[in-house]
Amino acid sequence: MKEAKVIELEEVAIRFSGDSGDGMQLTGTLFSDAAALMGNDISTFPDYPSEIRAPQGTVAGVSGFQVQFGGKQISHPGDLAHVLVAMNPAAVKANARFMNPGGTIIYDEDAFNEKNFRKAAFATDDPFTELNLNDMVRIGVPITSLTQESLKDLGLDNKSILRSKNMLALGLVCWMFNRPLDYIEKFIRNKFGKKNPLVVESNLRVLKAGYNYGYNLQFTTPQYLVNPAPIQPGIYRNINGNYSTAWGLIAAAEKAGLKLFVGSYPITPATEILQALSERKDLGVKSFQAEDEIAGICTALGAAFAGHLAVTTTSGPGFALKSEALGLAVMAELPLVVVDVQRGGPSTGLPTKTEQSDMLQALYGRNGESPVVVLAASTPSDCFWYAYKAAKIALERMVPVVLLTDGFLGNGSEPWKVPTMAELPEITPRLAKDSANYKPYARDPKTLAREWAIPGIPGFAHRIGGLEKSITGNVSHDPDNHQINCEIRENKVMRVIDMVPDLEVYGQDSGEVLIVSWGGTYGHTLSAVTEMRKQGKSVGLAHFNYIKPLPANVADVFSRFKKIIVCELNLGQFATFLRSTVPGFEYHQFNKVKGLPFTVSEISEAVNKILEA
Amino acid sequence: MEAIKYTIKDFKSENEVRWCPGCGDYAIMNAVQRVMADAGIPHEQYAVISGIGCSSRFPYYMSTYGFHTIHGRAMAVASGVKCANPGLTVWVATGDGDAMAIGGNHFIHLIRRNIDLNVIVFNNKIYGLTKGQYSPTTDRGFKTKTSPYGTIEDPFNPGQLVIGAGGTFFARSIDGNLKMSQEVFAEAMKHKGTSIVEVLQNCMIYNDGVHDQITDPAFRAERQIILRHGEPMIFGQNSEKGLAIIKGKLKVVTIGENGITPDDILVHDALEPDPMLHLALINMNLPNFPVAFGVIRSVASSVYDEEMSVQIGEVQKTRKITCMDDLLMSGNTWEVK
Repeated sequence: MKEAKVIELEEVAIRFSGDSGDGMQLTGTLFSDAAALMGNDISTFPDYPSEIRAPQGTVAGVSGFQVQFGGKQISHPGDLAHVLVAMNPAAVKANARFMNPGGTIIYDEDAFNEKNFRKAAFATDDPFTELNLNDMVRIGVPITSLTQESLKDLGLDNKSILRSKNMLALGLVCWMFNRPLDYIEKFIRNKFGKKNPLVVESNLRVLKAGYNYGYNLQFTTPQYLVNPAPIQPGIYRNINGNYSTAWGLIAAAEKAGLKLFVGSYPITPATEILQALSERKDLGVKSFQAEDEIAGICTALGAAFAGHLAVTTTSGPGFALKSEALGLAVMAELPLVVVDVQRGGPSTGLPTKTEQSDMLQALYGRNGESPVVVLAASTPSDCFWYAYKAAKIALERMVPVVLLTDGFLGNGSEPWKVPTMAELPEITPRLAKDSANYKPYARDPKTLAREWAIPGIPGFAHRIGGLEKSITGNVSHDPDNHQINCEIRENKVMRVIDMVPDLEVYGQDSGEVLIVSWGGTYGHTLSAVTEMRKQGKSVGLAHFNYIKPLPANVADVFSRFKKIIVCELNLGQFATFLRSTVPGFEYHQFNKVKGLPFTVSEISEAVNKILEA
Repeated sequence: MEAIKYTIKDFKSENEVRWCPGCGDYAIMNAVQRVMADAGIPHEQYAVISGIGCSSRFPYYMSTYGFHTIHGRAMAVASGVKCANPGLTVWVATGDGDAMAIGGNHFIHLIRRNIDLNVIVFNNKIYGLTKGQYSPTTDRGFKTKTSPYGTIEDPFNPGQLVIGAGGTFFARSIDGNLKMSQEVFAEAMKHKGTSIVEVLQNCMIYNDGVHDQITDPAFRAERQIILRHGEPMIFGQNSEKGLAIIKGKLKVVTIGENGITPDDILVHDALEPDPMLHLALINMNLPNFPVAFGVIRSVASSVYDEEMSVQIGEVQKTRKITCMDDLLMSGNTWEVK
């Protein structure tokens, strides 16, 4: 047997792609977990259609999952894939533009037939030529027939047999990247376990068949070696942004000594947070799947009134529906965390795709002067920290807090060095203690936060509501009182600045160009700055997690650079906000609204243009 | 130790009540406050939640904990309050528009879940706070500011929605009958689950006399039947009329006529889970029937807020994860040295 061709890479991006019923999300997730267990740093990006099962074999029905893993810190899932696993011609068509030049395409040659070429709307019977992919390493694997062959004696019907196709691809890729199958085998046994031994048997057989196929055909497959990443010692786990958001909220409730209540309505891509919280009855989480988005926030607000850490989770369209009730939280001054996992808009928009276009909705999308604190998480795992921080601010300052994440963060995953509860800062809810002098809207002179008196406790009975009120909570239509209260509510939010760390600059501390980004684009802007600095460019990165209030030193940071370019996945919302709140600078913009994350190269290109201008 | 006696004064707030003079809301609030006092529960154990509308000013006039929320959402907010603290006795004050137009979705889903809330629906068949537009309970053809030629839509009957949504408790009262209101409010409070009480209420300004046909003292005995569990369904000036099932249909009959004896008169069973007869009673309307008042339906069923706590307790009995640190270290973790 010939020696296999072994390629050593710092990082590799693999894209698994097939029909939305082909199990590509599971395949991608299992491979990512296996890679992380080997000590690689990873970053993942599921990219799937909003139809659960679009017509089979069509480009609209293609579901993809990209993972980048490597021997150094991985900040994003990779612009372009080194390896594409395509279960049908449509998958090749949908992903051609995401391929690295000279990359490898592994495809199911059984699915490359006349019928499927027509379904994917190819004009010819040669999809690779048609898509100009002839410089790729193309590996046709009879995935379907190998699967059928390895299961022929199990007495399964053909439909059940074909359901295991994804395991063949997974086994093959594991061999290519030198990933042992133990973890995946354990997963399959645990998932289908005793209930369905036949499913376990068939999946394991096909998985091994794929692995062995790779091994036996070494002479045609380049094997990639990716070495473990140098990362800090500690206990790690893989986590996606939705789970880490949910866990951050549970951690905050535990730290604050409160019960956690979540009132939510399922919506892509935020649903998983509600699911993750519903799983935690063992930790006493009260989850309420409401009849609609409005009831989601309203039940949460009721729970906040009754003394729980209250949360509602949603995405853009649902966030719009919650606007009026969020205004009530502003007026009543109750602690509430609203998580918006942003997706492509407007309206239903691109439900399964990522975007950062709800920032202005979060800041301004309500009637009246209605200020809230706005935070944005920047990686899948730091959703934990910003969810925790959102709860801390809400409880200590008696104010609603909006946490912006996005579909990319919510679905994407990365290894996370898990914290212990002891490492997390204290949370001290502003519980009222002095009943003799209690007034619902008496305030801490420094923070302007009111006190929280919980129904059921003698001596504190009071009434609050959505009407403008006096210090007692009773209705007041006094003109001066309204002006004073509007200013107080705004100032109360601005004084949260003492809980906001200074903005740090990555890369050059001063120089030619400052890249400004916020939220979920961090991995890509960070990688772009790192690469540009390697090329000797004078570039820094200021990445924002605190939107309202902004960190105190923003103007100081901005003044140290000749040019500022605000990169965001919208048409310029943060740039607009900065122009009004941090005036005196020229803000260049780099915007993308394709429902996709930035690529590192397009950011570099945009910055180079500014540098050359 | 002697139980503390509360009076109606213990449940009044310092705020001046600002409903229009003669408004039916005054009588309803008095009845609620009396029932609260009689229950022997201190005022801080009550939360009164409201939406938007005249009736929704209710919490400000009570000495209890109160939350005046936004239009249509009182029942959703109150659901959150009750689930967070099932120990509280939670009341909701809402109107026909608040509950069945803008808040219609929350109304039916609250009933479906059977959360232990006491909901008073002030039904004056008009929008009062916005000065006289038709509501979802306004009679077909009625002329209002937004229906100058008469409405062209049929009204909701709140009780039908309760039955349709699988409700466990429905009662009806009328603002002028303080004694009956107290009686049904007390029953509503005792009931475990969502208690919906429709109170027919007069709006002096925009819909004065809307319920006059029912309340007219000259005909009241003929036009109202007050139902009590276990008692025969009898009404009329001389208690001579009753309700009976004749050839499968609910009918008004006169005792002594056509061979009808007292034994033919139906006996009210509010506890019967089958809602068929309850629905027929709810649907009764002038001129062929009297309007039914009192507790029409009160059946036992599982209660959401209790089940929420019970489920958590059950899961925690056998839990492996007892705190956040356990959760963080659970499942697939690995150590980097």
